[in-house]
Amino acid sequence: MQIDVRNLRVAFPAPHGVVEAVRGVSLTIGQEKLGIVGESGSGKSLTARSLLKLLPKQARLSADRLTFDDIDILNADERTMRRIRGKRAGLIMQDPKYSLNAVMTTGAQIAEAWRAHRGGSRKLAHEAAVDLLAQVQIRDPKRVADSYPHELSGGMGQRVMIAMMLAPGPEILIADEPTSALDATVQAEIMRLIEDLVSRRGMGLVLISHDLPLVSHFCDRVLVMYSGRVVEELRASELARAQHPYTQGLLGGLPSLTRPVAQLKVMERDPAWLA
Amino acid sequence: MARLMIEVDGLRVRFGKVDAVRSVSLSVEKGSSFGLVGESGSGKSTVLRVLAGLNPNWSGHLHIAGEEQKPQRAKDFFRRVQMVFQDPYGSLHPHQTIDRTLSEPLVVHGFDGIDTRVRKALEEVSLPAAARFRYPHQLSGGQRQRVAIARALISEPEVLLLDEPTSALDVSVQAEVLNLLSDLRSARSLTYVMVGHNLAVVTHLCSRIAVMQSGEIVETVSAEDLRVGNLTHPHTTDLHTFGVELEELMQTGNSPTGRPGQIASRKN
Repeated sequence: MQIDVRNLRVAFPAPHGVVEAVRGVSLTIGQEKLGIVGESGSGKSLTARSLLKLLPKQARLSADRLTFDDIDILNADERTMRRIRGKRAGLIMQDPKYSLNAVMTTGAQIAEAWRAHRGGSRKLAHEAAVDLLAQVQIRDPKRVADSYPHELSGGMGQRVMIAMMLAPGPEILIADEPTSALDATVQAEIMRLIEDLVSRRGMGLVLISHDLPLVSHFCDRVLVMYSGRVVEELRASELARAQHPYTQGLLGGLPSLTRPVAQLKVMERDPAWLA
Repeated sequence: MARLMIEVDGLRVRFGKVDAVRSVSLSVEKGSSFGLVGESGSGKSTVLRVLAGLNPNWSGHLHIAGEEQKPQRAKDFFRRVQMVFQDPYGSLHPHQTIDRTLSEPLVVHGFDGIDTRVRKALEEVSLPAAARFRYPHQLSGGQRQRVAIARALISEPEVLLLDEPTSALDVSVQAEVLNLLSDLRSARSLTYVMVGHNLAVVTHLCSRIAVMQSGEIVETVSAEDLRVGNLTHPHTTDLHTFGVELEELMQTGNSPTGRPGQIASRKN
């Protein structure tokens, strides 16, 4: 599995001309863990969603090259895209409260994902769902399969979401802020779970977040985005040697447990970063 | 004037058959800031809402500024104790201009010189004067949280209750809001009670921190003890280990547990 992106642009029509939200992003993703970090509006989510062509209707997508293995995503029709979405690339979204169907049991939702891509009988799909729930380390998978999303905690909901994404056996997982709605300890658990599943199944991972330390903890490589561009690419272990002032600003403004300061450093934004 | 601004003794809150808060006691000195941390559902926000007078179903004893508080609060209480909510997208009225949002508490509490006070309030939180006649959707998240802070401060309160004031904000904006909060506290000798789940953020602002789990305070520590990891409860130790590990990684590129991605497993 290899995703190749060259000069990706996403633009939106605005009252005064066109606004470009993603401005020439290039990246290659193989079987690795890639992090994309940036603030709101930096274009990180749009970049990731472009890979699945899951963009708002009015968005205009263009690129010199946008391929998933040898499939040209840019010119692919919906039929082709449906064979990639879910089946070959799973998308984990931020808040399980909104991304799960509130009126279906979790088991039925996972079984639906299973049958849509793999076929098979209802009974088989249900058994697969319970098995998947066990794989995402839910202690009582039979009970959870029969419960509704509102009966589960945020962390459990996110595990269900992950189980559903695993059902078709994708080659890559795209996780868009998978833990921002969760609290700190649960956050670590979910990240560990994703990490573990990704390496055990040999999947690729694209992890999108605004939390630079968290991302670099779990990824091999990190792209830092600012205002629709990749301003810096780093190996996770080289984070301390970040060159771009924006990346340095992101790291410098964090309150520290071990090194207390009276005043936090506030980022001075240089208009030159936009150029 | 009392030395203790907030005294809570044996606070208990029930929602139906669930004990959300069971026998919580804490005290906050005047002019200091107190942090409440814990996982979702531990009852930390519920405690804050009782302090704010937003939840009348509780039992126990509560003194604020030396006065005993009943579930029903006096009007002046709502001037002296103010709250800043987590999500600035949800806590500002979308159809009201910033001017109206800021004027309303002044009208309610019978302040004079409303025009000057609104102007000064915006200045104090470093918002441009032009923001005054905008609507919330025209402002960024950080600017909105500044408006929420300005609204809380405009009635000249003594206590500010902060419910995860930066967790809906970007990391790059978080530093600005945290600096603003610590400047305002020393300038106006305010008392803060802050709820959060990020240890580094809470420790940055608060000198004493209580850790909650299943409706109880399991540990109260000073910021110094927390920084060096002088902790007794496993839940606090976990939170601390994870926080320190991420910082270690940022500074050196190495995780103390070996390769990145491998976090020390939790002891339960």
